[in-house]
Amino acid sequence: MHAKRIIFEVLLFGMYQVLKHTARKYPAFRERLNEHNCLVQLRLKDKSAGRYLQFENGRIKSKRGLHSHPDAELIFDSADSAVQTFASPRDFQGRIDAAKNFRFLPTGPEVLTTWFMELLSLMQSANVLLKGDYGIDLGNGVKRYTNLTTGGPVFVYVKGGRILRVTPIEFDESDAQPWTIEARGKSFTPPRKATVSQYALAIKSMVYSPDRLLYPMKRIDFDPEGERNCQNRGISGYERITWDEALDIVANEIRRVKKQYGPGAIFSSHGSHHMLGNIGYWCSALARLTNSIGTSICINNPDSWEGWHWGAEHHWGNSMRVGGLEPYGTVEDCLKECEMVVFWSSDPESTGGVYHAMDGTIRRFWLKDLGIKVVHIDPYLNHTAGLLGGKWLAPRPGAGNAMALAIAYVWMTEGLYDRDYVAERTTGFEKWREYVLGKEDGIPKTPEWQEAETGVAAKDVRALAREWGSKRTYLGVGGPGNMVGGAGREATGTEWARSMVCLMAMQGLGKPGVNMGNLQFATPLDTKFFFPGYAEGGMGGDVFGMSELILNMYQRMPQMPTLNTVKQLVPRLRIPEALKGESIEAYMTAHLTTNEQFLKFGYPAPGHSPIKLYYKYGGSYIGTMNDTNRFVKSYRNDKLEFVVNQSIWNEGEARFADIILPACTNFERWDIGESGNCGGFNQNSYLGLNHRLMVMQHKCIEPIGESKSDYDICYEIAKRLDLGLYYSEGMSDYDWCRRLFDGTDLPKVISWRKFLRKGYYVVPAPSEARRDPVAMRWYQEGRKKDTPEAPPAPCDYVGNWLEGVATQTGKIEFECSSLKRFDPNDPERPTITKFIPSWEGIHTTELFEKFPLQLITPHARYSYHTHQDGKDSFINDIKDHRTLIGGYYYWIIRLNPVDADARYVTDGDLVKVYNDRGAVICAAQVTRRVRPGVVHSYTSCAKYEPIGDPGYSPDRGGCMNLLTPSRNIIKRSHSHAANSCLVQIEKWQEEVK
Amino acid sequence: MKKWRMIIDVERCEDCNCCYMACKDEHCDNSFPGYSPGQPKHGHRWIEIFRKERGKGSLTDVFYLPVPCMHCNNPQCMTKAKNGAIKRRSDGIILIDPEKALGQKELVDACPYGAIYWNDEMNIPQKCTFCAHLINDKWKAPRCVQACPTGALRAVCVEDEEFREIIDKEGLAPYKPELGTDPNVFYKNLDRFTKAFIAASVAKRVDGISDCAEGAHVTLIKDGKKIGELITDNYGDFKFDGLEENSGAYTISIEADGFREKTMEVHLTESIYMGDIYL
Repeated sequence: MHAKRIIFEVLLFGMYQVLKHTARKYPAFRERLNEHNCLVQLRLKDKSAGRYLQFENGRIKSKRGLHSHPDAELIFDSADSAVQTFASPRDFQGRIDAAKNFRFLPTGPEVLTTWFMELLSLMQSANVLLKGDYGIDLGNGVKRYTNLTTGGPVFVYVKGGRILRVTPIEFDESDAQPWTIEARGKSFTPPRKATVSQYALAIKSMVYSPDRLLYPMKRIDFDPEGERNCQNRGISGYERITWDEALDIVANEIRRVKKQYGPGAIFSSHGSHHMLGNIGYWCSALARLTNSIGTSICINNPDSWEGWHWGAEHHWGNSMRVGGLEPYGTVEDCLKECEMVVFWSSDPESTGGVYHAMDGTIRRFWLKDLGIKVVHIDPYLNHTAGLLGGKWLAPRPGAGNAMALAIAYVWMTEGLYDRDYVAERTTGFEKWREYVLGKEDGIPKTPEWQEAETGVAAKDVRALAREWGSKRTYLGVGGPGNMVGGAGREATGTEWARSMVCLMAMQGLGKPGVNMGNLQFATPLDTKFFFPGYAEGGMGGDVFGMSELILNMYQRMPQMPTLNTVKQLVPRLRIPEALKGESIEAYMTAHLTTNEQFLKFGYPAPGHSPIKLYYKYGGSYIGTMNDTNRFVKSYRNDKLEFVVNQSIWNEGEARFADIILPACTNFERWDIGESGNCGGFNQNSYLGLNHRLMVMQHKCIEPIGESKSDYDICYEIAKRLDLGLYYSEGMSDYDWCRRLFDGTDLPKVISWRKFLRKGYYVVPAPSEARRDPVAMRWYQEGRKKDTPEAPPAPCDYVGNWLEGVATQTGKIEFECSSLKRFDPNDPERPTITKFIPSWEGIHTTELFEKFPLQLITPHARYSYHTHQDGKDSFINDIKDHRTLIGGYYYWIIRLNPVDADARYVTDGDLVKVYNDRGAVICAAQVTRRVRPGVVHSYTSCAKYEPIGDPGYSPDRGGCMNLLTPSRNIIKRSHSHAANSCLVQIEKWQEEVK
Repeated sequence: MKKWRMIIDVERCEDCNCCYMACKDEHCDNSFPGYSPGQPKHGHRWIEIFRKERGKGSLTDVFYLPVPCMHCNNPQCMTKAKNGAIKRRSDGIILIDPEKALGQKELVDACPYGAIYWNDEMNIPQKCTFCAHLINDKWKAPRCVQACPTGALRAVCVEDEEFREIIDKEGLAPYKPELGTDPNVFYKNLDRFTKAFIAASVAKRVDGISDCAEGAHVTLIKDGKKIGELITDNYGDFKFDGLEENSGAYTISIEADGFREKTMEVHLTESIYMGDIYL
């Protein structure tokens, strides 16, 4: 024991020396010392040893022993605990152990203990944080840093504290060589660089945007102690306040609301994808705070996936990827074996998979090199179709699975399907066959029958069916190819997605050349190298939330668990009703098992308070949710007593808050991440890229104005609730980056120092023999699952582990056992997939007469959700993004010449697009890319600029979602059908001021 | 002397605008003395992208034409510039001297490609510099080329003779050669943008059922001469591409087993999709 005590004392003495040394070396450190005059005591619990440090006017003194009146104390149960906490700074398991078991006990004012711990941590990284020893010095005062965006990794050149330029990352000689695929006598290798999306190159204009929130603000007529004037949200202006004022108001409101109303009264929700990184993201820095406060939980509808989650999942049991298919090995298999690719509601050139930038484009050119045919099914001649050519079939939106049923009809009647696969690997085919052939309802689902629904000629569908049935064909759905797609976000979206599974089952999903994909996903990269995606939760500590920390980070980066014990759930699409205190019912979005989606939940939860305080983070819902005048109106409501909005930019929704907290971009703070890696619900999503690339997200410049990192904002609020040390574990966001680095496989291949300097690491591609097997090949060959992912959970297998898929029969089911269990007579979601007319479309006669145009709003091409739109960013100048008319950048609506002529609209005219839900003023683009009767615009506009009373007047910003329906696709779900939206268009002739 | 040239493949451009964004990233708010002052945040398109839609319905296609400064060998802007305000470097790159070009607004109209823009605030004309400041700093390509993810844009620095070989080998062509400026930007698959097509879908009706007529033999005749032959695909589609716009009358003749030959007259102004043709 004596020896340990000596080590403890030496340790404390050393700490004192290093503090002094650091203060001598770095003036900035001395400034930090000067923040408090106090006496901090470190000691063993039994008082057998200790040392105190006295800080006075930036100077530091220290003495061995115990002081009678310390201002703060760090008490250790034993010398061992102290050594674990301080001597081995990289032993986080030890530190957590010491904290969790109360062997380390900080006492005294939170402001002093957190400050002291911050000093200790800064002392260790002073050369980096205070001297700026990171990145590559290029001479002439230029430094090259690295960072990560939702549109790819970038080099950031900085000169004089300003971003000079942002470029794609081109590899150097020392970086790993890429893979090569040999197919049909040709070799295909991707270039040695990482591509970016166009919006990644517009970063400078966004970092320095005039729409940046530069300092904390308070709504001018909001008084937390008096009149709140909730009805004026969105109308009254703001005044600048200090950070202390803002944070105090927020912390006070949190305490007040909890005391006054009990659990559930605080609600937090967030947009997604505005920044990328494992530390400063909503499921990391924000989750740690909101879990610690206790908030009602926002349940995200499976937004982009809808039909896959509520429909397709029941046929093949894939609950991970929100109902989509595993993607492995399909790029190689497609190039080697496939003869045709059908892109169905699939436009990877516009959406880049998920975060895949433009990496997939080069691979799709290889289809051309090999003469592999392509077909595109989309009401809009999308950019993938435009680039690749091939046959374009343009069904009406909302025609759902009519075309798919007709294709199945041709296959069934002409014997163009894999009978053996259907017999051995599927169940329920006979029942579906009866339906398709018309034996059940007297309507054979012939190509002629579908023509009335889709508007696509019977002969063309028959020709497609015959070719598809006789060629080894890949089906690409959505941007990534194995999931999502606009057709799944229609009133008929569930049935469309279900049909896609059934068609693939008929053709023998998993056979060589027969699979799902569009070359966007599943490159032969190394899936064995561990680096987490953001959905694994970073430093959120979130044990139960969507971050799915349990999958990986729990073991890899020990951290204090955080628990949100508030069990009240709020369905995201019903936030407006929740804010108004109305009763809501919805069904669960489930990532771990299919059956969870059958669970109904209600709001308010029993014994819980309706929402009184709303903590909104990130992008604007007005641009991304549906029927969003609801959102606007719900803010102007007395029941909602307090709204705080933490945002980088002053987007449409920020100006409905009472307090605005300005966050900075990830170019102004530290983070660490992997390009294209979501993890969690979308494991191995980096497989859409040509290279695995981990990036040190350098702090490239100082935060603009008074903005702060999300981490620091959350930390400051936590401090005010005495949760500071619990929140930070005594670390800065930079320290957390290092800690996350330590928890990955990176330290095996690159030192922290080198990573910090160079900024990225390229994981070598595995040798051909080490490549992952092809998706579903194991299933088709009747073997155990051999693709590299943990889900489904072992208990979800009905037979032996890894045998079969996670349905009740273990097989792909044409007739779904899960739906039979849930409700065998549900007309909205029958046990087999059937044609169900859209509840807003050509069959809703009265409405259709009034609003005869079908509006589709796919994900925006030039902005990831709302994030790069507006803000005076370069993106607005892209001719196909917005149109400059009379000094204002208008959102674009695309319509066919036939529909334009009928309304006397010409290209570049301002038009009003409207229905009973709202009106948006847009610039007309007259184009033959969209079929007559259908109009095309993008979702996710950042601006909301009503020309009159918010919520009740036309918007010139471009929020098309003011028009889209908020109704669930099917009642027993929590889903949206933005692409089933009837509108009318007329020329806009009024003047807008 | 080696000269810089840009080669742009029309078939590989999809309007992603990475080139345009990279250009703005480099030049907006950044001044490079000796090369160019900063580009205004909005309004200039040093690399412009034109869109062309052809055809209709199922046989619509869309192509894009990126147009930077052509760095012409015979630049009309240079001829019209006063005080030697526009100079050509020995490596072919053409630069505007902002001091000498002060107030010369007429230079905006001097470029027949519309590649020169007016900077109102600085009272100077500006344009693409081929990122000469980076080229001088040993970059291998200007920003637009570096950022192009599809390989549509390429920059080469080669002797005239070598470039002629590339032109022949890859079938490159200048845009609007009739302007006589002898540009150093060349295009691959330029026909997709500048030429027109005649297309249709051939179908047949047997026992009341319509089907696509695959394998029909289609002949294109101009002034009594056969100029093209195609076999329809499984959708019955044919498309004669590469025809001159406004080139007048053509005859289409369709032959298929079991059907009478069908002949039709077409007047071509711009690309035309004739829709379904039943045998």
